[in-house]
Amino acid sequence: MTTYYSKDHEWIAVEGDVATVGITSYAQEQLGDVVFVELPEAGKALSQGDEAAVVESVKAASEVYAPIDGEIVEANDALADEPAKVNEDPEGAAWFLKMKVGNADQLNELMDQAAYKAFVETL
Amino acid sequence: MAEPVTESDLKQTPLHDLHVELGARMVPFAGYSMPVQFKAGIMAEHQHTRSRAGLFDVSHMGQAFLIGPDHETTARALEALTPSNFVELGLGRQRYTVLLNDEGGIIDDLMVTRSISTDDDGRLMLVVNAARKDVDYAHFRARLPENVRLEVVEDRALIAVQGPEAVAAVAAHAPKAAELAFMSASSMEFDGIDCHIARAGYTGEDGVEMSVPAGAAEAIARALLADDRVEPIGLGARDSLRLEAGLCLYGHDIDETTSPVEGNITFCMQKRRREEGGFPGSDRIQAELRDGADRVRVGLSLDGKAPAREGAEIALPGADVIGTVTSGGFAPTVGAPIAMGFVPRAQAEIGTQLELIVRGRRLPATVADMPFVPNRYYRKPKS
Repeated sequence: MTTYYSKDHEWIAVEGDVATVGITSYAQEQLGDVVFVELPEAGKALSQGDEAAVVESVKAASEVYAPIDGEIVEANDALADEPAKVNEDPEGAAWFLKMKVGNADQLNELMDQAAYKAFVETL
Repeated sequence: MAEPVTESDLKQTPLHDLHVELGARMVPFAGYSMPVQFKAGIMAEHQHTRSRAGLFDVSHMGQAFLIGPDHETTARALEALTPSNFVELGLGRQRYTVLLNDEGGIIDDLMVTRSISTDDDGRLMLVVNAARKDVDYAHFRARLPENVRLEVVEDRALIAVQGPEAVAAVAAHAPKAAELAFMSASSMEFDGIDCHIARAGYTGEDGVEMSVPAGAAEAIARALLADDRVEPIGLGARDSLRLEAGLCLYGHDIDETTSPVEGNITFCMQKRRREEGGFPGSDRIQAELRDGADRVRVGLSLDGKAPAREGAEIALPGADVIGTVTSGGFAPTVGAPIAMGFVPRAQAEIGTQLELIVRGRRLPATVADMPFVPNRYYRKPKS
């Protein structure tokens, strides 16, 4: 499994042709207390940059964009009942969605962990 | 496109360095660099204010005096611009009011306090919204009679302490604060510093707002924060607290197009003024009092978990759009999303089923009584 990171503060863990997508610890910290997550339906086809999910904190709603092209395989419905999991375990149990990798080349545009860490330090 | 706002363009309150030291996340707000949250986060800050006491820096708000030859003259000058009764406002009493334009729309909402001391006869203290200072002050200067003037206060900070333990925490330094009734105010010493303390606030909780010398603000804030009961609270929780309390945020829930009747804040209009009129827009406002306004601000409880925020459309179930959400979000004490918005009078009744449209989805909502969380203002026991 390889994990990639986007400039929109998503992590993308790829295993075979399925990418699991969530938001990074930095992102949840910026958002503050998460109170609601809206997730896509399985089967929905997304292009890179499309709105894939919405995460709402007390303060505001923020979009989560599809980091690559692909079809939604599964959404993490547990987040509907426990949105606060996004604050507690953003890079683990609080994954948002799994998508079938539609264009593997797009993964090369993403960052690895070291590059993402350096990116966050510039913010 | 507007120029991006940089930190250096922003004004700072006397507590700015303390906020930074306490780890606040600073954001631009009404031209000021203000703390939106501290380390605890909005949810914890909100809950702490409801259960113990929160300290809020509200020094960005405008403090000013109206100064005339005697109380009646100053009060009449303010009555000419607002629909409230100030002539009969007692010594040391505070009142919420609105500045009205000639169409009966709200230029700003503000707090007015009459000094408890007869030595200050003819002075009324005003606290206005930060974003409306320039507009309000220009309006006063253009409309006040010659013998009443506006004096803007630039050398004082404003600190709110709110929550069930707020007054006890303040009274440890300013014992007279414990004697104040809700919506009354007095000058008093806080650890020997001259302050003006009012028992009022913007959270629905008991508490005070303290006008303090700018140079002493940090020492006063530190003294309060040294008390275990008191934590610093940012603008994020201030907004969720006032939303639960059903209180309007100017520029969102009320503005120059909304009248006090539409805004559902007719409690600011006392009997004599309702009957006599004689304030800007009184023809419209008296007609609305008599016949009802076409639209009115209501509270909305959402059935699900998804919040509806400012700008979301309000619709009849499965049918037409009839209004707009003006404030909304997750309510930490309620434990569910709530909102406020304008609907036609026919849909304003409590219990009316409506839908709020969020990202194309229709979320079921019900017109709800406000406040969403019971007020806990302090009322003096009748002797």
